Amino acid sequence: MAEAPLLSLRGVTKAYPGVVANQDVDLTIQAGEIHALLGENGAGKSTLVKMIYGVVEPDTGQMAFNGKPYFPKSPNDARATGIGMVFQHFSLFEAMTVAENIALGLPGVVVGRELSDEIISVSENYGLSIQPDARIGTLSMGERQKVEIVRCLLQQPKLLIMDEPTSVLTPQEADKLFLTLRKLAAEGCAILYISHKLEEIRALCDAATVLRQGKVVEQCIPADETAATMAQMMIGDTPVNRVARVTRPGEVRLVVDELSLPRIETFGVDLTNISLTLRSGEVLGIAGIAGNGQSELMQALIGERRSPRPTTIRLMGNPVGYDGPEKRRRKRMAFIPEERLGHGTVPVMSLLENTFVTARDQRKLEKAGFMNFAAAARFADEVIEAFRVRAGRAENSEAGSLSGGNLQKFIVGREILQDPKVLIASQPTWGVDAGAAAEIHNALLTLADAGTAILVLSQDLDELRTISDRIAVIAGGRLSAARPAAKISVEEIGLMMGGELELEAAE
Amino acid sequence: MIKLVPRTRSSRSLVVLTPVVAIALTVLASAILFAMLGKDPGPAVLATFYRPLTDHYALTEILVKATPLILIACGLSLGFRANVWNIGAEGQFTMGALCGGAVALAFYDVQGYWLLPLMCLAGVAGGMAWAAVPAFLKTRFQTNEILTSLMLTYVAILLLSVLVHGPLKDPEGLNFPESRLFHDSAILPLLFDETRVHIGFLIALVVVVVTHIVLWRHIFGYQIKVQGEADRVARFAGFVQNRIVWRCLLISGGLAGLAGVFEAAGPVGQLVPALPTGYGFTAIIVAFLGRLHPVGILFGGFVMALTYIGGETAQMEMQMPKAVTSVFQGLLLFFLLGIDFLVRYRVVLTTRRRSAEG
Repeated sequence: MAEAPLLSLRGVTKAYPGVVANQDVDLTIQAGEIHALLGENGAGKSTLVKMIYGVVEPDTGQMAFNGKPYFPKSPNDARATGIGMVFQHFSLFEAMTVAENIALGLPGVVVGRELSDEIISVSENYGLSIQPDARIGTLSMGERQKVEIVRCLLQQPKLLIMDEPTSVLTPQEADKLFLTLRKLAAEGCAILYISHKLEEIRALCDAATVLRQGKVVEQCIPADETAATMAQMMIGDTPVNRVARVTRPGEVRLVVDELSLPRIETFGVDLTNISLTLRSGEVLGIAGIAGNGQSELMQALIGERRSPRPTTIRLMGNPVGYDGPEKRRRKRMAFIPEERLGHGTVPVMSLLENTFVTARDQRKLEKAGFMNFAAAARFADEVIEAFRVRAGRAENSEAGSLSGGNLQKFIVGREILQDPKVLIASQPTWGVDAGAAAEIHNALLTLADAGTAILVLSQDLDELRTISDRIAVIAGGRLSAARPAAKISVEEIGLMMGGELELEAAE
Repeated sequence: MIKLVPRTRSSRSLVVLTPVVAIALTVLASAILFAMLGKDPGPAVLATFYRPLTDHYALTEILVKATPLILIACGLSLGFRANVWNIGAEGQFTMGALCGGAVALAFYDVQGYWLLPLMCLAGVAGGMAWAAVPAFLKTRFQTNEILTSLMLTYVAILLLSVLVHGPLKDPEGLNFPESRLFHDSAILPLLFDETRVHIGFLIALVVVVVTHIVLWRHIFGYQIKVQGEADRVARFAGFVQNRIVWRCLLISGGLAGLAGVFEAAGPVGQLVPALPTGYGFTAIIVAFLGRLHPVGILFGGFVMALTYIGGETAQMEMQMPKAVTSVFQGLLLFFLLGIDFLVRYRVVLTTRRRSAEG
């Protein structure tokens, strides 16, 4: 290639306290190229893009745009240089019109005939069909995205960054978006396309850079790869030594029967026909990339959201679909939510006070509405000792002051020591140091050996392959059938995570 | 450029110190105000903020004014802790006075010990009913309770005015818009002779103690605190948010209604259009002055009552306008919120460009 690349990054590093978000990242984008940035959640995609768009500054490393050194101090600099970005979450005012919103984002532009004509001509040119005087509040997500794209295009960018654009689109809208992007690329505009939808990248992108744990692990031409090989690049293929565990799955403890729930949040996922069976003594792992319905499934299982029918969720044969969290706990279910602070515990409350969140009934911490602090202190001490939580006295240590690993051990202990019949955990070792993670895994396996049925949702495949007896995959709000963990390869899981859940049905 | 950085942990001593500093600054600002109005600031400050504390009768008047403030603020503090913002205590106070007073008037020729309790029940029910409207609208339609409760205040005040001009007017009152004077059985017993301090003050003290127990010993107080600090944890714990909203509004409405009956059956002794004098709004300041803590509210109630008495002294002895009381209260709230803000945020001066190491 003779001419200089449009954008090149050399050795870019960005560290935050405690975590290196990007390390020695090299990235080259040619004019007119659709370049995919691929990686799991937390792989460092957003930090990298934020540096390119001037939101954060790199610690070290060089960036060059069109052959000239490029050091954006702010998104304004980036836009002035010719870089536009469409964020995953739109920044549009619902009560204002399309033209007003667009004018707000462009310095020196006023709402008027001229702007409207420009909007219409640009949007027609790229097949975006936008009415300048429509109110944002009346537009669908796909239409709002078009507004954001038009706003970028009005500045004639040379590079357009799209952050997970299809996550808010229907398949039909996505197809139209691809047409627009291809036309842009054909005119010489480069596109940096962030996604973890592998089939989409294969169909659309000319090149791909794969990030894993902040580093570039691979560069490839998506058309030459399969979804499975790209998934493997994303996840890594470190062989896992599965702990051999003799499981004697017992009676059925939990049944989820064709659970369908429409999303309630704009960026949520619809759950579609989710069914699973969980037996005494087994660990069922649910793999999946974040944002594929895990949090919605958790809400339904905890009881924070009601199921469509009482019998949609059955606990030891009894319908619990209409029960709230309190009733389900009384029937011996326990839950470990993904977020330790602000979901599992109240950050500003002490560990002692935080025992009341879930253990009120099971550990008799409450008598006729009054709180039994002596019983709670005994229980908190018991948890702290059994799970070796490094904290001060239970009544003085605020949950928010504990390290992630210690707080997670406290939460896991709080649930396990209630001796549940069914335990449901989401990301039980997320962001936890290796030592604490191993302790938590051991505790879960010991609990399973004692007969508890355990369901673990995780994005960490290594974790699932370490502790699960069976693994199912959730993608796009659907759940695959579960298969024995020993008989499923990372490659297959990766494919299923990309959305090909039927794969195993074909076998 | 000035940047505000939230403090990770606000120190406990600062939390207690804030109201004290706010009071000191209010006194200081008042002194400046007096000076600007051509009064000698020293004696003026002493007369308004100190002399009431040395005078026996003024002290008892502080208890009279503090009673409704403490009652209402205790109720409001529960809701405020759960992020339920009942701003309409003034309206619930008015409805309490109206309902309790209506009972007194209905039995104006009947004597009996049962009458006062019945009036109190009616007052509590009236305040609760008025607070139930925002509760229903919020839990059913996600309406903002700040707006609905506030707007209902004006409805309540006008309703009182209409009724006192009409059905509740004293038939022998020469057409003045006032009810009959309540008779002995409908008047609260006094704690001290020759004063206006009534038994309601003792009940306010009981409410302080009960609020304290609810907040730190009862699971309902726990639910309130969890709901206010982290609503997702409340949902995870299985606390029903709508139930918390209902209870908070009913309790604060009921206590405001009770304060209303006490005012009508205490110092005022009848129903008049001017009965609501702003206790319901001032109690919001009291609640925050007391850090939403019942004991703090007790002291906050006294301080706020002092501004009423001090304001009256300033009017009488220094010919200050009536607005002076509101100015004192406004200054206090201003300083309280201002200092509170500084307790929660640090002000950091930054250079315009972020430095490279950022």
